[in-house]
Amino acid sequence: MANLLEVKQLTKKFGGITAVDRIDFSLEEGEVVAVIGPNGAGKTTLFNMISCFIPPTSGEVIYKGERLTGRKIFELAHLGISRTFQNLQIFNNMTVLENVMMGVHVKLKTNVFSAGFRLPTVKKNEEIAYQLALDVLEMVELKDFMYKKAGNLSYGLQKQLEFARAIVYHPQLILLDEPMAGLNDAETNRMAGYIKELKKKGCSFLFVEHKMATVMELADRIIVMDFGKKIAEGTPHEIARNEKVISAYLGEEAF
Amino acid sequence: MAKLDNVLYGHLWRPFASLMVIVLLLPLFVKSSYILTVLILIGIYSLISIGLSLLLGYAGQISLGHAAFFGIGAYVSGVLTAKYAGSPWIAMVIGIVFTWLVSYVIGMAILRLKGHFLALATMAINIIFFILILGLDEFTGGASGLVGIPSLSLFQLNLGNPLYFYFFVWFIVFVIILFSMNIIRSNIGRLLRSIHDSEIATETLGVNVAKYKVIIFSLSAVYASLAGSLYAHFISFIAPPSFYITFSILLLVMVMVGGVHSIWGAVLGTAIIMFLNEWIRYIGQTYFHISGQVEIVVYGLIIILVMMFMPKGLVDILERLWKKIKSVQIKGAEKRKMTTEKGA
Amino acid sequence: MDLVMQYLVTGLTVGSIYALMAIGFVTIYNITGILNFAQGEFAMIGALSCVSFVNLGLPMFAAIPAAIILTAIIGFAVERTVIFPVRNRSVITLIVITIGVSTFIKGLGLIIWGTSPRTLQPVMKMGPIQLLGAVINPQSLFIFLTVLLLLAVLYVFFDKTFIGSALRASEKNPRAASLMGINTSSMSALAFTLAAALGAIAGIMIAPLTDATYEMGFLIGLKGFVAMVIGGVNNISGAVVGGLLLGVIEAFSGGFISTFYSDAIAFGVLLLMLFFKPTGLFSKATGERV
Repeated sequence: MANLLEVKQLTKKFGGITAVDRIDFSLEEGEVVAVIGPNGAGKTTLFNMISCFIPPTSGEVIYKGERLTGRKIFELAHLGISRTFQNLQIFNNMTVLENVMMGVHVKLKTNVFSAGFRLPTVKKNEEIAYQLALDVLEMVELKDFMYKKAGNLSYGLQKQLEFARAIVYHPQLILLDEPMAGLNDAETNRMAGYIKELKKKGCSFLFVEHKMATVMELADRIIVMDFGKKIAEGTPHEIARNEKVISAYLGEEAF
Repeated sequence: MAKLDNVLYGHLWRPFASLMVIVLLLPLFVKSSYILTVLILIGIYSLISIGLSLLLGYAGQISLGHAAFFGIGAYVSGVLTAKYAGSPWIAMVIGIVFTWLVSYVIGMAILRLKGHFLALATMAINIIFFILILGLDEFTGGASGLVGIPSLSLFQLNLGNPLYFYFFVWFIVFVIILFSMNIIRSNIGRLLRSIHDSEIATETLGVNVAKYKVIIFSLSAVYASLAGSLYAHFISFIAPPSFYITFSILLLVMVMVGGVHSIWGAVLGTAIIMFLNEWIRYIGQTYFHISGQVEIVVYGLIIILVMMFMPKGLVDILERLWKKIKSVQIKGAEKRKMTTEKGA
Repeated sequence: MDLVMQYLVTGLTVGSIYALMAIGFVTIYNITGILNFAQGEFAMIGALSCVSFVNLGLPMFAAIPAAIILTAIIGFAVERTVIFPVRNRSVITLIVITIGVSTFIKGLGLIIWGTSPRTLQPVMKMGPIQLLGAVINPQSLFIFLTVLLLLAVLYVFFDKTFIGSALRASEKNPRAASLMGINTSSMSALAFTLAAALGAIAGIMIAPLTDATYEMGFLIGLKGFVAMVIGGVNNISGAVVGGLLLGVIEAFSGGFISTFYSDAIAFGVLLLMLFFKPTGLFSKATGERV
């Protein structure tokens, strides 16, 4: 299988501190890769470099053979890369439906003038967006809430909504920053179910997560970070027995 | 999905038609040319406040410098027609294109700033523009202003006639409302609102946020420029004070009082502030013998009170009132239905 | 050379006033996150109420503190009645509301004092002083000395008193400060009171040089903004340097280029600063933890 994403020697220094230290890994098409590590291991920094939120000090990220590093944030969606946020970034004052329809933006060709003059393409685009949004809302079981203001949903549903918005345009690679954080067991299971379902359809995932049970269940491969360095990589089975990993986590949280 | 539009955004034609009826009927009741002038000015200023509503209410970007774009339109039209006897329509188009260019460049530079600092930068631009038109007195007439701007005529129709001009201005207002509404009722409008809620999330969904901010900034500047051209031809005399920050602030007040999240709010706010303005001036002069801009006390108070107690503006209150009336009606209908059923 | 000295003196004089305004802005901005567009009106109230007190027969040394205290009370009242209730609203609301306060106060000024400019007699009634080829207006000297004295007082206040350090702590990190038991709500009131007093002093000092009108607050307030931006929004010493620098830039551009365009140049400097040296100006969006 071809490598969808390659991370090469990615490094970030903040002043004198090296938050991420020469990380290497790759992600194959259709694969689900998890990044784990104790608090402060540099996971979020790594994640933000891959999603072009912060520039690396050195190293690069390659996506489908092209350099991703140095691109603008908005270009990623056009390449088929989506992301969600650790601290939820939904549009609170818009309805659930509108939130998801926003996710279709990259597929639409309306501009200010065609919109202003209400050219026929506008209506067509609206219908495309609406249809795609409906499909996804159905999938994540949010259809009953579609005319509710997103800000009024429960935290768990908001998390589902953000996920729905990220996948609505059928991206190839989905970056999830702690998708299970703050969810109860039932909600976690539901979210895991969606991820598996999309994986079957060929989507790839890279995610940062704290909940070990979820990571073990979902990931094909796990990257373990500690103090900015990659200390282990392997299947869930291998990681669970890796001594370095166990000692890094000792006293942190239970496996 | 024929009604997808209405499902997503509610009805457009109801408020549109109501406003149109009001605009068409008003001249029947207005006999004083003074009030007709106020109504025309409301139309002209509405063009600017509609643009500000798009910029502030939808894209969430503040501007305290739109009086400058209003001024660019007015001066381009004024100078080209009064000094060089150019065609007013061509001058108007030149004004619009020039404003588009200027505002695009300014927008690219300053829209990286946020909140307070954006407000500050737009104020600075307004002040610099003001000083420039004072300084370039060879063309603009400087502090003494520019006189002799001809009135417009359309085909054989002399728009110097206030009544004709009233209809002409409001026709343009409706065109602009429709154009703006179309933008709002599309994925562009959705995108603007999403920038307001979370810029970073909008960006990750593939939207070049910076580009859209600049486009909307320029669009609102163009509306202001168009308003400026109409103003120049209507008043026939322009002078720098009309294009100072005080006017930018007044525009902001109109939009905020009416309701920043709605284009109807912008029009409503403009009308209310304009009438209030005239009323206060009248009261002040007749009963208290005060001249000067005493109305600013009342403006200040209104801004403070509106911001404190109804930050969504008057249009929000009207909407809520409307909903209440409707729900009462529905309940009433249900009750009646129940009693008749019982009776049967 | 004489001319250069002269411009320098003029620039530093006016610059000290801008510096005072900028300190007011910085104090409020860092404690409450609000850029107070009404700051200039405090200068107007200070200047005009001082004129009124003098006209009522108060001697200068009593009129000045009375005017400062009156303005400080107004600053306090503004914070309590208008700013505090809306402190958690959006930035746009806050901007508009301080503009509202500014407009309202300006209108009151118009009603109370009318449109005609008022003159305030200079404190020092002696002839101009010759120094290094420059003619120094005694009022300039008075302004310098006052600003120096004020800076010393502010230094002691911020550095050596408990309230001052509490204020500084709230500037740096409001949350931590409130966890330490500092009442950040009263800090906000204190910031407005202090800023109003500083504004009043600025107004009183500039009035003998330029005359006082109800409209004077707007431009002097904006200049204070520019000074703050030049100096960096986060520190008081920066504000002082920014104020002096702006004053000097204005004096020299007025002297060598054109007095007519000196305001345009000042605001051009503001724009250039915002474009090219925006340290501390951009929101934290890029560095924000997401």
